[in-house]
Amino acid sequence: MTAEILVECAHITCAYDSTVAVHDAHVTIHRGDFVGIVGPSGSGKTTLLKAILGAVKPIEGHVTKKPGLRMGYVPQVESVDWNFPVTVLEVMAMTRTSGRFFPRITTHERDEALVVLDRLGLGGLENRHIRELSGGQQQRVFVARALFHKPELLVLDEPTSGVDVRTRHEVLHLLADLHDDGVSIVLTTHDLNGLASHLPRMVCMNKSVVADGAPIDVLNSEVLERTYGAPMEVLIHEGMPIVLDHGGDNLARRLGELSEVEK
Amino acid sequence: MLAGILDPYHYDFFTNGLLVATIAGGLCGLLGVFVVLRGMSYIGHGLSHAVFGGAAASAVMGLNYFVGAGIWGVTSGVIIGRIARRRLIGADAAIGVVTTASFAMGLALLNRYGQAKKSIEAVLFGSVLGVQTADIIAVLLVAIATALIVFGLYRHLLFATFDPEVAQVSGVSVAWVEGLLMGMLSLTILVTMRVIGTLLISALLVIPASVARMLTNSFSRMLWISPVVGATSAFIGMNLAYHLDTSASATIILVGTLQFIVVYAVSGLRGRSRIAHIHHV
Repeated sequence: MTAEILVECAHITCAYDSTVAVHDAHVTIHRGDFVGIVGPSGSGKTTLLKAILGAVKPIEGHVTKKPGLRMGYVPQVESVDWNFPVTVLEVMAMTRTSGRFFPRITTHERDEALVVLDRLGLGGLENRHIRELSGGQQQRVFVARALFHKPELLVLDEPTSGVDVRTRHEVLHLLADLHDDGVSIVLTTHDLNGLASHLPRMVCMNKSVVADGAPIDVLNSEVLERTYGAPMEVLIHEGMPIVLDHGGDNLARRLGELSEVEK
Repeated sequence: MLAGILDPYHYDFFTNGLLVATIAGGLCGLLGVFVVLRGMSYIGHGLSHAVFGGAAASAVMGLNYFVGAGIWGVTSGVIIGRIARRRLIGADAAIGVVTTASFAMGLALLNRYGQAKKSIEAVLFGSVLGVQTADIIAVLLVAIATALIVFGLYRHLLFATFDPEVAQVSGVSVAWVEGLLMGMLSLTILVTMRVIGTLLISALLVIPASVARMLTNSFSRMLWISPVVGATSAFIGMNLAYHLDTSASATIILVGTLQFIVVYAVSGLRGRSRIAHIHHV
């Protein structure tokens, strides 16, 4: 693989106060990548994402970016107050800060924003207050805001957390379309079967990188045990790996036993 | 009747006080938009109390008021930041500890070395009688500078307020924007405290912006509605205070509160009729 390197995290260790969140992680993002970072809560996947963005500085190792790399960041929907008094158009325009010293949105900016909104199925909503949007629309407004900067690398934190199955499909298709258009994508997710296993590449994190590669190569019981610290089984269905979580089965069996006793 | 209304305008102390209070109302209304939307109401309240400690210390030590209170205010802000950064104690508790300690220190200093009762009343409620030309110029300059900054750096301020995390990643220095806001807030408190008092500053930072928020869903409209509400509260309150022979600060706060109640009631009705409308459709 000789694709251009966009971001390289070289053996980075990141810590908050004295708590190590990421330990000796080495991850390289190339142009054209579509990567899902997975791992349990507290495994450092969001910290790794923030290191890629440059929002967290590693205490060891270093992060190198392609000079002039344009990145778009899509945080979790819950990260802002949706009652905040702004419209969809204002959410996009406020991000153009360089050289813009006045409140007015120019016609050119407006036209550019409308193209992006149309593309994401948000046409006609530009003057709506952001509170009036559905969860899926709010998610897409965040994506639209990131795309407004014509990013080469799109970085998303848990884009499908808390959304229903239909919205998840929408998000997945949208990301696939963007990837087809040449945007490189990195995201974090909890959703192994619904999202991560559909991507060309996944990185399993548990403080450090446990495995990095195509889901079909990476998803196996041993890697999952080391990532999640719990036994999990992998089935292959029509060429797609599906992760089975035994914790749930055991609980069902235990509850079954309890109800047997009650009888 | 008209002559009665215009009566106080024969006195220089009243027109000076009215001018300062009205500008201060507009200024606090403008900054209040950021204070309210960032959930920082308590900081405005706390800072005005912290500055009191500095004012008392500078009075006792014979220092210039602006220098003493200014240094004290900035130091309080830095200490609050330090404590809050350790995460063990939340920012709200850090503000509570530092500003009340500062207030208590000022109180104790005045008890021991100064005319406590008179000074405390002056700090809490201000003194419109003693407005000097220097006060008018100071408030006017800070108001103009604040308006220029808010207008000029509109997008930076809005972005850092709405979504600081993404703003930071997009190249806006959120720490710098926050420092700028705190600086403007401290300056505002500094130049208005002697005239309108700490209680009124806290109220004027919160009430007009809350009224504006209920009236509009637009940030840019809030930026002019809130100063107008603040300035009119101060203007009407000052006039009423003269005729009713009540404390200027208290009357201004009550006029603001009345606007809050009216708008709260009306916007509640409007909200309900909107919902009713949706049901009919």
